Amino acid sequence: MKKRILSLGLAVVMVGAMLAGCSKGGDNSGNGGDTGSAPAAADGAKVVKIGVYEPASGDNGAGGKQEVLGMQYANEIAPTVEIGGEEYTVQLEIVDNESSNDKGPSAAASLVGANVSVVLGSYGSGVSIAASDVFKDAGIPAIGVTCTNPQVTEGNKHYFRICFLDPFQGTVLANFANENFSAKTAYILTKLGDDYSTGLGYYFKTAFESLGGTVVEETFQEGNSDFTSYITSAKNAGAEVFFAPVSTEAAALIIEQASSQGLGIPMMAGDTWDSNVILNAAKGKDVEIYVTTFYQEGGNEEFDKGIKEWINGNSTAKANNGGDDTISAVTAMGYDAYFVALEALKAAGSTDAKAVNAALWNVTYKGVSGDIAFDSENGDALRDVAYVKCANTESGAWDFVTVQGVN
Amino acid sequence: MSSKTKTMWNVGLIGGLLLLLFVLEQVIPSSSMFFTVLKKGAIYALVAVSMNLLNGFTGLFSLGQAGFMLVGAYTYAILTIPVESRHSVYQYFDGGIIQFALPVPVALIAGGIAAAIFAYLIGLPVLRLKSDYLAIATLGFAEIIRAVFQWDKLGPITNGSNLLRNFPSFKSVLYPFVVAGICIALIVLLINSTYGRAFKAIRDDEIAAEAMGINLAHHKRLAFVISSFFAGISGGLLAMYQTSIQASMFKSAMTYEILLIVVIGGIGSVTGSCISSFLFIACSEWWLRFLDNENLYIGGFHVPLLRPGFRKVVFAVIIMLMVLFYRRGIMGDKEFSLEAIRNFFRRKFGKGKEAKGGASHE
Amino acid sequence: MDWMTQNLPYLLAGISVGGQYALIAIGYTMVYGILRLINFAHGDIFMVAGLIMVYSTTIMPIYLAIPLMIVLTVLLGFVVERVAYKPLRSAPRMSIMISAIGVSYLLQNLALYVTGGLSQQYPAIPWISDTIQVFGATTKRVTVITPVLTILLVIGLVLLIKHTKIGMAMRAASRDFETSQLMGIKINSVISTTFIIGSFLAAIGSLLFFTNYTGVTPTVGAMPGLKAFVAAVFGGIGSIPGAVIGAFIIGICENIIKGLGWTTFSDAFTFALLIVILLVKPTGLFGEKATDKV
Repeated sequence: MKKRILSLGLAVVMVGAMLAGCSKGGDNSGNGGDTGSAPAAADGAKVVKIGVYEPASGDNGAGGKQEVLGMQYANEIAPTVEIGGEEYTVQLEIVDNESSNDKGPSAAASLVGANVSVVLGSYGSGVSIAASDVFKDAGIPAIGVTCTNPQVTEGNKHYFRICFLDPFQGTVLANFANENFSAKTAYILTKLGDDYSTGLGYYFKTAFESLGGTVVEETFQEGNSDFTSYITSAKNAGAEVFFAPVSTEAAALIIEQASSQGLGIPMMAGDTWDSNVILNAAKGKDVEIYVTTFYQEGGNEEFDKGIKEWINGNSTAKANNGGDDTISAVTAMGYDAYFVALEALKAAGSTDAKAVNAALWNVTYKGVSGDIAFDSENGDALRDVAYVKCANTESGAWDFVTVQGVN
Repeated sequence: MSSKTKTMWNVGLIGGLLLLLFVLEQVIPSSSMFFTVLKKGAIYALVAVSMNLLNGFTGLFSLGQAGFMLVGAYTYAILTIPVESRHSVYQYFDGGIIQFALPVPVALIAGGIAAAIFAYLIGLPVLRLKSDYLAIATLGFAEIIRAVFQWDKLGPITNGSNLLRNFPSFKSVLYPFVVAGICIALIVLLINSTYGRAFKAIRDDEIAAEAMGINLAHHKRLAFVISSFFAGISGGLLAMYQTSIQASMFKSAMTYEILLIVVIGGIGSVTGSCISSFLFIACSEWWLRFLDNENLYIGGFHVPLLRPGFRKVVFAVIIMLMVLFYRRGIMGDKEFSLEAIRNFFRRKFGKGKEAKGGASHE
Repeated sequence: MDWMTQNLPYLLAGISVGGQYALIAIGYTMVYGILRLINFAHGDIFMVAGLIMVYSTTIMPIYLAIPLMIVLTVLLGFVVERVAYKPLRSAPRMSIMISAIGVSYLLQNLALYVTGGLSQQYPAIPWISDTIQVFGATTKRVTVITPVLTILLVIGLVLLIKHTKIGMAMRAASRDFETSQLMGIKINSVISTTFIIGSFLAAIGSLLFFTNYTGVTPTVGAMPGLKAFVAAVFGGIGSIPGAVIGAFIIGICENIIKGLGWTTFSDAFTFALLIVILLVKPTGLFGEKATDKV
């Protein structure tokens, strides 16, 4: 009896709450406590919302947090933007996509519900592809920051990106392995169900094989933490380079085990490994690590100095950056992405997502990571160089190796 | 109430609900979280009911639901990706080997049938097991299915472990409601048929059921296959909702979620599963999101502890409390119906004229 | 010899990971033996043990952190039993199992909240994480220590169960729960002891596991937990030597599968093994006569 009253009550509450939720309308449903808007409204300025669709937990959580840092710092430096002659306060609407292709679309939907004008992100290509249609259906443009898989922007008109692509990155890495280590055999380790990982592995393989090399490919399941067998297999295959385009979480484990198993061959990876997680894992270990990336610390003195100061003065930011003030390339990219979004808003002259989308095609911006412009077919960045860095296992910092393009 | 008017009432109620949704869709912007929750909730309601058919009505404790959803979702996606986009989706496999696309309803049903076939094959050996052994064996099979679908060698069909996308999806919230509604109605009809009574007999006492002449193996297999069929259809719907799918989504954690929905709704209650799936999805996706906001102030008071992830802790605590102190779930094994409400009010206010208990049908 | 140096690392890794599974599997098999409960939260207790170690080493030296970690883990196992399983003792078995799933969900989400979703680096423990050479293969010392320590602990445990009063009570309870209660055995303290022993071994297991595989994430316990349960079933649920042998077999097979290049199926293989054993010999390798499995 009591149960039935309660169940009825619950049903009523459910329906009521849902209706209440929507009667609040699109302005802040989906993100309950929009507290940031309160002070902005107080000083009378209008607010434009930029959605930040990034992982803060899961496999790519560490990288996602660093990417958001760049945006937050940029927001600190340029908190307002002039759109169509009016001053707008920029508000970052940050959601966590949990590095998960099935949680991502819901997080994206909550951004759409918050009426953002443009979305930045995500770190990790899989989640970007997974949420692409959500943004498309809502007519909101998205700017990929470091999602390098071609499928993110291919065949659509709303997803842009400011980084280079995996076919390019894979070729750069294959060339580098061929030229510097004269490698003939490469061992490729990718993660199942991670589109970034399988994609970059595939492009590396294609490029490496066209240079006359052979590859051995293996995969690991999500949640795997025992990589010793893979390292043994790489040694047994006689590989001369170990290529593992995987998340930093797995990378830290691989480095640790490679060192204790005495792998003894250079390890290479793409942009995800450009992180202090890798530096910390490699410090004092017997490993050789090369990565390709978007930005090299020292590329822009002013930016480096400013963001280091900001990170050191903000304990949350420092914790999110992994406890030190090393600048990851993704942070610089996040910083640039924010300003690209501002440029697009200015060019659009309105906060309307559709206008921003149309304006983005012609946006050019000189960022800390280089000049940014989009091609007219897919909205990919026109970039033709990548930085190659090597982890210094003594000092725990990145050593600059070379700038490499594709010929 | 005669059974005829009862059916009329129920049909009217469902029609009214759909009409209400249709109106709401015109009024509220479609981007609202409200519709996201409704869409996902309807899909989860279907899979929860299908799991309830096994766990609640037949007494088979199976944890393979995510695996069958995977089969349904993949079958649907593989069969409906338009031929012109196959090349970009199967980019590492030269466009794959399937070069045709089926209409959406056909593919959805094909997804269900594929899941049912898998279930039939798996059921042959594992349905001999009991209780937790059955649970762990079906959980294991779900993991095996996941590994097989990620296998590189099957890439030309399944696209390896990569995302499948570009298949047709739905825009309107009515679509999942109608499809899930039809499926749930079919399940309810089944439960109220002779078969359903046999299932319940097996649940209550296997030996007695066998003595009454019920063929245990046959009925258990039937329940397993039918449940998987509907899990497969809900997998196809989930694919449509997500707009892109990947085998790595269908982890055992997904089965646990569905199991929790069934338990919270009440094991053995169809309406309970439906109600709790909407509540569950709304809580996990929407209502509690404010708890993730680090800078939440209530009248100048900075609420402590809040940071990303807190939402999930609160949610897990709520679930734990439900499981411990409200073991029978929202509905127990009762059903929510107009008649039950009417009788409830009549008993309350009707001066005991018709004071008879247990008003719900089954 | 060349073949040896090439393949020895697989075997070493298999034995080492098998030993770690064994320590977790004992917790499963003892709890199942008495309560008939698949304690889904056991793998997460193992994970929490890892996290406690990560956080305690930041504020205290390692020789204090290890005992503290063990004590806290045991306490957690005890509390989980008292809060989440004891109230449901008379409820249907499915309710307790669902409660176990709930605890697992809660522990994972708590870990997610505390760590902020990031992988935590497990501290290097002196001596056992040093790199050594075994027959020409390079590995960590913990790889060699694990099987030895596992076997020592199991011998100790078997002696405890065979020769002490509480051990006898445990055996009685696992043979017949109701009758042992009637015979005056304090069933609650027996169950608590079971959980304490299980958690203690999980704590040791986590120490060895994470020294080898140094990242602690909220979901890291799920897979080892499931595999350890499979090992317990494989060896015959309720049988401690069975669980240990099952765990070693699973650990070794898994690494051989990886060595053969079937990496996609390394997890699936474990479950295939489980299903085969359930169908062919449901009592497992060393299990007692089944009562209600089939």
